[in-house]
Amino acid sequence: MQQRGIELEIKVPNETRYLSLIGRIGEDIAHEIDRFSGDRETLAYQLNLVLTEAMTNAIKYGNPDDRDDSVHISINIQEISLFIRIYDCGQGFDINGIPPPDFEKLEDCGRGIFLIKSLMDSVTYERKKSGNILEMIKRLR
Amino acid sequence: MNLTTEKIGNTIVINLNEERLDAHNSSNLKSEVQRIFEEGNKDLLINLINVRFIDSSGLGALVSGFKNATANQGTLKLSSLQPQVKSMFELTRLHRVFEIFPTVAEALG
Repeated sequence: MQQRGIELEIKVPNETRYLSLIGRIGEDIAHEIDRFSGDRETLAYQLNLVLTEAMTNAIKYGNPDDRDDSVHISINIQEISLFIRIYDCGQGFDINGIPPPDFEKLEDCGRGIFLIKSLMDSVTYERKKSGNILEMIKRLR
Repeated sequence: MNLTTEKIGNTIVINLNEERLDAHNSSNLKSEVQRIFEEGNKDLLINLINVRFIDSSGLGALVSGFKNATANQGTLKLSSLQPQVKSMFELTRLHRVFEIFPTVAEALG
């Protein structure tokens, strides 16, 4: 029987202690989806990582006025793609304006968006008055 | 953060007893490494055998430690990386920066 779509709506307090919970959900999804012929352990790590990175950004920058003390994540698995959306209320940023890390310089930070872009097939960040949305899409091959 | 340190010869070995090195605990590691160098130790080895997940914050804490080592004329080596963790070093080219060894024994050898 063909697997039906899966939709998850998650709200967790905007605290880093919940990163591992969100990461584990990503790993479980990688082991649960039917239509994937690649390496599931690699996909599990990748989903754990992009969820961890995106949630960390939402905690750090996404709630400057303490308007909302939670992070909202939606995960939607359709036939050939997996969509992850992370919502935030920060001032937002231009995701295409962030340069890749300079590999010759040893910086302590600045690798998070690079990792997300490297591991996902499409990454967009939409700034809206009502809140910003980071959307990450992974094709399930 | 759950870690133990031991001195083997002249090297301080940090054994990270955490499954994840991420934005939740990486600043603790950063402080611990800084403290070790401030105490006058020169050579540090971080054993990552129990770490099965690392994010950009975890990588950043190790980079910070590496820079700390250089500033103190010391060394910071890594050992026992799990395959997925190692792939993060390769993706960010940090495998060219760190001396990475398969085991603690080989790092100390």
